[in-house]
Amino acid sequence: MFSAKGVLGLRRRFTNHLFTAAAAMASLLVLAPLFAIFGYLLYKGLGSVNWAFLTHTPKPIGETGGGMANAIVGSGLILAIASAIGIPLGIGAGIYLSEYGKSRYAQVVRFTADVLNGVPSIVMGIAVYALVVIPQGHFSAFSGGVALGIMMIPTIARTTEEMLAMVPNVIREAALGLGIPQWRTTLSITLRTATSGVITGVMLAFARIAGETAPLLFTAFGNQYWSLKPNQPTAALPLQIYVYAISPFDEWHRQAWAGALVLIAIIVGAVSIVRVIAARHRVSHSA
Amino acid sequence: MGVGIEVRDLNAWFGKAQVLQDIQMNVEPNHVTAVIGPSGCGKSTFVRCLNRMHETIAGARVQGKVQVGDIDVYGSGTAAVDVRRRIGMVFQKPNPFPTMSIYDNVAAGLKLNGYRNRKGLDVIVERSLRMAALWGEVKDVVKKKSGASLSGGQQQRLCIARALAVEPEVLLMDEPASALDPISTGKIEELIFQLKEQYTVVIVTHNMQQAARVADYTGFFLMGKLIEFDKTQKIFTTPSDKRTEDYITGRFG
Repeated sequence: MFSAKGVLGLRRRFTNHLFTAAAAMASLLVLAPLFAIFGYLLYKGLGSVNWAFLTHTPKPIGETGGGMANAIVGSGLILAIASAIGIPLGIGAGIYLSEYGKSRYAQVVRFTADVLNGVPSIVMGIAVYALVVIPQGHFSAFSGGVALGIMMIPTIARTTEEMLAMVPNVIREAALGLGIPQWRTTLSITLRTATSGVITGVMLAFARIAGETAPLLFTAFGNQYWSLKPNQPTAALPLQIYVYAISPFDEWHRQAWAGALVLIAIIVGAVSIVRVIAARHRVSHSA
Repeated sequence: MGVGIEVRDLNAWFGKAQVLQDIQMNVEPNHVTAVIGPSGCGKSTFVRCLNRMHETIAGARVQGKVQVGDIDVYGSGTAAVDVRRRIGMVFQKPNPFPTMSIYDNVAAGLKLNGYRNRKGLDVIVERSLRMAALWGEVKDVVKKKSGASLSGGQQQRLCIARALAVEPEVLLMDEPASALDPISTGKIEELIFQLKEQYTVVIVTHNMQQAARVADYTGFFLMGKLIEFDKTQKIFTTPSDKRTEDYITGRFG
């Protein structure tokens, strides 16, 4: 009796350790590519990231030095336009789907969002080229922002919907029971309760589009010089990296690595800042 | 001050299923009225019809007349939000707003309805928490701790404070103690006893001892009908309907 129990206990402990180890291995495997990419970028790019790289525009072919300042600022401009379009529309659509979306129309919206999510980014670029660039007659930061903004919508809409659906119904009832109108309840109670999840969705969408190159090829187009006007062709980091990486010059290759490093740093920085701000606004949950 | 409630020919449905049939009831102001009955008898639906919460569920429908003080609850010119502001509700499961501090939970009903006076809010929050017998336990952490960090019993008293902060005339309680331990339940019952000095209280309960302890009047519901409504003492000692007697003596339900 006693020994049988001992053997069982041993087996149970062994299995327990086995699965803990397997789970730890799996998480290591997930992290490994991330660290590999970071490490390689640092190794290849860090040497070329200096003050001139961050503050100067590209030099003509053959001259050394110069930087990607115009592309960094241009990316910032395009991403700001994309966020201004994609975040409110995405969150709005998510609210509709979760709080009001029992109808057939909502089913269609949901399906369309999923399809939109699967549209290749180059197709998005061509579509915006036809819809915005041709009617306007020129490439622009605005058209690039539109292309990236549309790409943000489905991710944000579906995560917002799912996060709102996770808010227990009793919370909505509590608010309605206080005589708070439906729209106020949705914005100030339901959405607020789901804030951290919604922010995660927004950040996922932002990080994804920040590195997109294809939708910008025929929209923002790129620019070797300064341009801060949203209606002008504008440089963007991914475009600049692409152009430099396929060039035959070693100097440009080094700058492409540096650009990639800066791009990753900007994405990680933006995501971290938003997380810190969101965490600061939270009240203590511990008893 | 509390006001009376007059219910006439109240019918309610979920889709095609009728859950309340021809309910007539007069609720006395500044008294506690208990609504008892077996599960699924319509007692929760009944109180949710009093402040127009029933209609927030998809497919739910109401017919009939409910008069609360001077409010014709289902009158054509009456807005649901105005009704709910004047008829507070406490739910079965404590449901504080999880991302808000204790203070913001109590202030929510006023703030989100456009009340902007900060000093006034401080006064109302403290008074409401005192009335809900929670102030002493939380006064040092009202702005620091989330409502969700409190114990279950404290959360329910927080929800009562939140309902009282908007200064309703009637307080509806839908099994407010059924998720709580006996000590917390005792505290809530004591509270209900004090609340009737200022409010009219209608409480749904599946606990007959609780009804006997706190209520002045008791209504017994069965399969969507109000079988008997009388003074609590009468219902529990000499009920006039056989079905009421069977239920309170534990023969079914």
